[in-house]
Amino acid sequence: MKPKGSQRPRVLDQKDIRLRINGREYTGNVDVRKTLVDFIREDLALTGTHVGCEHGVCGACTVMLDGRAVRSCLMFAVQAEGVEIMTVEGLGTPEHLHPVQEAFRDHHGLQCGFCTPGFLMTALAFLNETPAPSKDQIREGLAGNLCRCTGYQGIVDAVEDAAGRMKTQTRKRASANAR
Amino acid sequence: MKPAPFKYAAPDSVPETLTLLRAYGRDGKLLAGGQSLVPLLNMRLARPSVIIDLNAVRELSYIKEDNGEVVIGAMTRQRDAELSPVVRRKLPLLAEALGYVGHPQIRNRGTIGGSIAHADPSAELPAVVAALGARMVARGPKGRRSLDPEEFFLALLTTALGPDELLVEVRFPAHQKMGTAFLEVARRHGDYALAGVAATLSLDGDAIHDCRLTFAGVGPGPVRIAEAEAAVIGKHLTPQTLDEVRKIVTDRLDPDSDVHASVEYRKQVAGVLAARALRLAAHRLGGAR
Repeated sequence: MKPKGSQRPRVLDQKDIRLRINGREYTGNVDVRKTLVDFIREDLALTGTHVGCEHGVCGACTVMLDGRAVRSCLMFAVQAEGVEIMTVEGLGTPEHLHPVQEAFRDHHGLQCGFCTPGFLMTALAFLNETPAPSKDQIREGLAGNLCRCTGYQGIVDAVEDAAGRMKTQTRKRASANAR
Repeated sequence: MKPAPFKYAAPDSVPETLTLLRAYGRDGKLLAGGQSLVPLLNMRLARPSVIIDLNAVRELSYIKEDNGEVVIGAMTRQRDAELSPVVRRKLPLLAEALGYVGHPQIRNRGTIGGSIAHADPSAELPAVVAALGARMVARGPKGRRSLDPEEFFLALLTTALGPDELLVEVRFPAHQKMGTAFLEVARRHGDYALAGVAATLSLDGDAIHDCRLTFAGVGPGPVRIAEAEAAVIGKHLTPQTLDEVRKIVTDRLDPDSDVHASVEYRKQVAGVLAARALRLAAHRLGGAR
């Protein structure tokens, strides 16, 4: 890899990558210009993550990367070598929704659903950092995601409620572990 | 595929990065957090032939204290700086301004050095750097050099960094003894500033001893208005003084208009923000004594 003499250093068109998504290991050979979201959706067929504006404005493609919410349209797949990603598929199942998903359902936090995967991942990252948020904090925390349907009221209510549900779940888990 | 084709390299040290820059710097581009560059690539507004990805250069990610300065490595994530106890305690102006940089998802990837080297006139960090007189440290084939904000920011999206140079760290003077405030108005929280201002001041008794007002979003780079600063130095911050500052700022600024805001609106907002930021900075300093 290191240049010798006047030889120009090597640059790549493609690269093999290995990463974990929702606890499972994936590998792939990617064009270096392929965005992370396209790799997740097209190469791995994990289509729960949506792709909207593709330039970092709408937040639909938000995933968790090593525990932090990031826009997967603003990263290249080659940059995800060795990382741990969580997508909406890792949240819950249709039978056992995640508390954030339950709260979105109960508060009409979605209509068409296009923005929802991004909102859920943003909300989860936000609640992990801010377990008891005010409404203003919720609005600021979600400001990086756009929804054209709901008018946001239902989403803000859902995240407020989800904070309580996650606390209850944590308590239940703790007491179950104690037993 | 969104971006036009490019070749890619991911060096893991500064010397390796400099070698790559020497070979490809002229038609290549450094990729830091990617929160400004990747949109430009995806829209094909930028078509560099080589991308040099800095994300594996771990030695550029740090926050340390050095003799009255807080030194932040260029690849330090904005979110890490925002949450750093050292930054919160010693660089309150930077900590406050970081809260306005994009959204949490942006700050999780975006870097301190990336935003400063990008030199977007409506970005917060160049204004903070100019307000504090922080120094940018660059490394290139001729070694290391340190640049003042006046030397570093040349024009719209243009800095003094050569095509074979790398911004490695930013040295901020600790300013916990000054009163500071950062305020901005944007269409929604996290959007680019229509107008923003960083105010720093120190007091001599109850009068303003020194003061600096630096604006974002209203010129080709960070903008200072010496006349507005002079109007408060040596004075008490009475409503009359603040009103005078507001008038001077509104009068002297020469911003552009765009779809988001007219010239008149930007001037008006900047004037009001300047007065509010001065009052807030003085209040914080008073409260701290």
